[in-house]
Amino acid sequence: MLEIKNLHASVEGKHILQGIDLKVNAGEVHAIMGPNGSGKSTLAQVLAGRDVYTVTEGEVIYQGKDLLGMPPEERAREGIFLAFQYPVEIPGVNNMYFLRASLNAARKHRGLEELDAMDFLTLAKAKIKALDMDDSLMKRSVNEGFSGGEKKRNEIFQMAMLEPTLAILDETDSGLDIDALKVVAEGVNALRNPEHAILVVTHYQRLLNYIVPDFVHVLSEGRIVRSGGKELALELEEKGYAWIEGTTPSAHKDFFLGR
Amino acid sequence: MTGVKETQNTYLSSFERFEKNLAGGGQSWLHEIRRAAIQRFAELGFPSTHIEEWKYTNVAPLTKIDFEPASNDVGRVSAEDIARSPLVEPGSIRLVFVDGRFSEELSSLEELPRGITARSLAQELQYPDRKGGGNATLEAHLSRYADYNEHAFAALNTAFIEDGAFIEIQKGIRVERPIHLLFVSTASDRARVSHPRSLIVAGRESQAVIIEEYMGPDGAVYFTNAVTEIVAGESAIIEHYKVQQESDDAFHIATLQVEQERSSNFVSHSISLGGALTRNDFNSVLDGEGAECMLNGLYATDGRQFIDNHTLIDHASPHCTSRELYKGILDGKSEAVFNGAVIVRKDAQKSDARQSNKNLLLSKDATINTKPQLEIFADDVKCAHGATIGQVDREAIFYLRSRGIAEETAHLMLTAAFAQDILNRMKAETIRARIEEVLSARLSFKEVL
Ligand SMILES: Nc1ncnc2c1ncn2[C@@H]1O[C@H](COP(=O)(O)OP(=O)(O)OP(=O)(O)O)[C@@H](O)[C@H]1O
Ligand SMILES: [Mg+2]
Repeated sequence: MLEIKNLHASVEGKHILQGIDLKVNAGEVHAIMGPNGSGKSTLAQVLAGRDVYTVTEGEVIYQGKDLLGMPPEERAREGIFLAFQYPVEIPGVNNMYFLRASLNAARKHRGLEELDAMDFLTLAKAKIKALDMDDSLMKRSVNEGFSGGEKKRNEIFQMAMLEPTLAILDETDSGLDIDALKVVAEGVNALRNPEHAILVVTHYQRLLNYIVPDFVHVLSEGRIVRSGGKELALELEEKGYAWIEGTTPSAHKDFFLGR
Repeated sequence: MTGVKETQNTYLSSFERFEKNLAGGGQSWLHEIRRAAIQRFAELGFPSTHIEEWKYTNVAPLTKIDFEPASNDVGRVSAEDIARSPLVEPGSIRLVFVDGRFSEELSSLEELPRGITARSLAQELQYPDRKGGGNATLEAHLSRYADYNEHAFAALNTAFIEDGAFIEIQKGIRVERPIHLLFVSTASDRARVSHPRSLIVAGRESQAVIIEEYMGPDGAVYFTNAVTEIVAGESAIIEHYKVQQESDDAFHIATLQVEQERSSNFVSHSISLGGALTRNDFNSVLDGEGAECMLNGLYATDGRQFIDNHTLIDHASPHCTSRELYKGILDGKSEAVFNGAVIVRKDAQKSDARQSNKNLLLSKDATINTKPQLEIFADDVKCAHGATIGQVDREAIFYLRSRGIAEETAHLMLTAAFAQDILNRMKAETIRARIEEVLSARLSFKEVL
């Protein structure tokens, strides 16, 4: 579904991603871990199409198409969803209104009929309930004045509504208490099926107890330095990131080449 | 094109003609005022940018056009034309003016509720001896508030006082229907000037919603030079809407002068969308303890439009409150000026004044000059002010786009969002909805709201 080949990206002249290779098939859950500043969010944002990052080398193929050539809105309509590490507050734009516009943009793109306000509301109410969210949040401006946890839940709510083919979750777990974490994990797991793929960026093993990944990759200084199964996360938790320091990117390549 | 001095002279000579033909003979008290005003205009001349109050506002284009005074021979406007105004609705008390002249057939003054007088100023002036006092009210209030000594255009308007709206609301009367003053200008071979002059006197504990609307056909060149005086009596509650949608080639200069008595509450919403050159002067004098004034403004400019909003809130008594929020959305090569003055007089202790001006620049070539101006002579007061100038939030745009929303729609959503808090302050639901429509059409975010 997604193939990232030798991806390099920079911002303000700073070279951040330094050759990322990653292949994600439909039905898989990949976790990306790594120390602060290693480039996890940069990777996520580049995939979503944030234009402050310049791709200097490499390519990304999504469902057989050149992803990097698409504007962000088209990527979204094609089924890519990024849950932001820091969701943006948008005063004056109503949350419900925004989400309906978003959902209908995707539906229109797929040749489906747009949902009217009533149908949309029915759908939204069901999802809100499943996520145990305070429905007064829906009447407010997008993320404005939301607590950290409320913002993260709002991201998951949007994801649940949009049912993306490829969901990228950037530290959706940070700042959540254990109950909220479970709710979020349930939301993500509900999306798991053979047609969908999920990329989970996280610092902690904790989330991976609930969203069990098929693969774990460790990012360091803009490169994937280690890849493995779910046990890699446990190992990291135990030994800390210092353990991977000094590991060469080839360990990851070897893994992928099946060596 | 004509020289400035010559056009000034045209106004002076047209005053002489006007004086000769005055309807109702010209009552002496009023005529004295007119004469004093034209005298003052002759002395002041048109303001130059050397005058602080007109520093950024160059009225030269206006002074070069030899406008013809709108006489009784005004343009034709049909009921269908009137219906184009989004604010026209069957329920309102409506006074329509065409090129500054009252139009009885386009107005809607049937079955006026008890306790309210609503007619044209020209009609009122024809009956100097009417019983029960329209005219006593006129004499007591007309031109007693709007200062023509320092403002050339107010002087010009005052000199040509002839028609406009005259509204009087008796003590304790709550007017349920909105009072809609609609000023329509028409296209003509020779550009016209009109000087609509309105007076609204709201008695003690009365309540009313007033809409002042200005419109004209696209491409028409004309000059609207309006002055409206409003007296809010003790504990009166007035909500005033001004919606300016003049032709993009028109000139609009207007003063709204409010006199607020004890515990009165005046809310103003000023929406400026049209006009090539617009200057609004909003002045409120908080002339009795506990008076409250709220000013909301929204200006949206494009192309080469120029809009100047000057506001002055005079805290002349203790315990008064003023809240002001003006927002601007500037596109193209347009230019806007905001000058918000607050004066707190020596005895006006416990004054509470807050002012904010926020601007959204949609284009690199748009310009805003914003200036707060606080003059505080009392010591126990709360005053705050602030101004911001910003562009559309790039992160918010990306967030919206990352959810499948097209870039252009995302921009419109954020622009609409910027205007939203001004709309939220409008208390009259239907009027707010109508203004929202006007805005959507103007900023083309119809599908967004
Ligand atoms: N817009 C930007 N401008 C300048 N530097 C940036 C920008 N975005 C990221 N960086 C820098 O790029 C590097 C990688 O940042 P990134 O946010 O991708 O890290 P991360 O792995 O997500 O870290 P964290 O775990 O703290 O979220 C950091 O050094 C960061 O300061
Ligand atoms: Mg990050």
